[in-house]
Amino acid sequence: MAITAIKGKTALTGNSAIAYAMKQINPDVCAAYPITPSTQIAEEFSSYVADGVVQTEYITVESEHSAMSACIGASAAGARVMTATSSQGLALMWEMLYVASGMRLPIVMTNVNRALSAPINIHCDHSDSMGARDAGWIQLYSETVQEGYDNLFQAMRIAEDSRVRIPAMVCLDGFITSHAIENIELIGDEDVQRFVGEFKAINPLLDVERPVTYGALALQDTYMEFKYQQSQAISRAKEVVIEVGKEFGRTFGREYGLFETYKLEDADTAIVILNSAAGTTKVAIDELRAKGVKAGLLRPRLFRPFPAVELSNALKHVKAIACLDRVDSMSGFGGPLFNDIRSAMYELDARPRIISRIYCLGGRDYKVKDAIAVFDELANVKKTGVVDELTKYITI
Amino acid sequence: MVKKANDIEARFPAGGVIPKAGSAHDYQTGGWRKLRPVLDAAKCTNCLICWVMCPDSAIITEHGKMIGFDMEHCKGCGICAVECPDKVKAIKMEEEKS
Repeated sequence: MAITAIKGKTALTGNSAIAYAMKQINPDVCAAYPITPSTQIAEEFSSYVADGVVQTEYITVESEHSAMSACIGASAAGARVMTATSSQGLALMWEMLYVASGMRLPIVMTNVNRALSAPINIHCDHSDSMGARDAGWIQLYSETVQEGYDNLFQAMRIAEDSRVRIPAMVCLDGFITSHAIENIELIGDEDVQRFVGEFKAINPLLDVERPVTYGALALQDTYMEFKYQQSQAISRAKEVVIEVGKEFGRTFGREYGLFETYKLEDADTAIVILNSAAGTTKVAIDELRAKGVKAGLLRPRLFRPFPAVELSNALKHVKAIACLDRVDSMSGFGGPLFNDIRSAMYELDARPRIISRIYCLGGRDYKVKDAIAVFDELANVKKTGVVDELTKYITI
Repeated sequence: MVKKANDIEARFPAGGVIPKAGSAHDYQTGGWRKLRPVLDAAKCTNCLICWVMCPDSAIITEHGKMIGFDMEHCKGCGICAVECPDKVKAIKMEEEKS
């Protein structure tokens, strides 16, 4: 534990805060394989296990594919299960991610965002979690260490809610958030336990009095009905995210919603951006506001399920919007955030102009001047009503 | 639509979990069969190696004796005929007629 610099606050890196949150949750099982930049999560949590401060069964595995497989087995057996990974690790889990969500197992995983090979790169972008966006997992994105810590408790509640029962992924930026030391407010162990509550397994494999089958075949006659149920369940997660975020606010004083806005109410240009880069964008907005430019920000927190109606309502008054993606979906048509936001806005009668900007892949630094350059572009789009380049790489 | 959704929730246990044991018995795999096992009871020594080896538990026994096949589940794989000891060969696989 780092030295406390501010009264009531504790200085922790993102990874330490996540490991500490896992210690406070005290899950039944954790199967993880350490990978940069989330290594310290597995490292510090395994120390908690070795020191006997948690009752968790820690399974050391030979790969991330095995890690997720062990998590699935343990969750089906009736355990509360957590894990953490990054980048290639998440990619190696791929087929098991779909098994976890298809079997409706409420596993909670932290994904510390890192670029995918090739070329090999250990630094932050969102290629990993964005690639997994259709895997049927709930995805919460976190701007700060504090939010990552807070999101983990909420993710547990959301995933395990009887209306949902879907695995959840908490994403935070590799190195930028995972390795930066931030003064955060910790929650007491008993308060954490009261908030997350006791895990109630549904159809546990270890109930020998009532044997069940997991992983049965479902062909043309039934497969679609199971997928329909899964789709309904992840859609219901949106309401639960709102409820849990409000309850968290009432209990601990930090309320969370589907997304965060910054000076968006009267903005006529806005940036939509995920995770830590929102902080840099806010500084740019303050500088522009001082010069009378009505710039604003929307930072989605819940990305899966995608709260399309709420997002388009929050953005509908803006004249020109730039969706900044720290990932390229290699479609030749902008990033995933751009495509989802733009599609959500299509239902509006009067639609803002919306552009896609791919920024800072592989951990390149996102600076205040980069955000200001985007707002300058948006000001021009607003003035002329003309979009010169719909999709473009910036910071290149 | 709501009624239909509730109906789907009720009929299809979430996650494709089968919430009771022994349901494989209800799934009749006999229709997959191309070859059918035929027992020559006069040759059979009731060693029950076929009973041990059958992957579908489709060998029917009574009082420790092999009495026939569960044709609703036998897929016709022919393992019983192969495993039947060389000196006995009481099971033959024959072409399934339509």
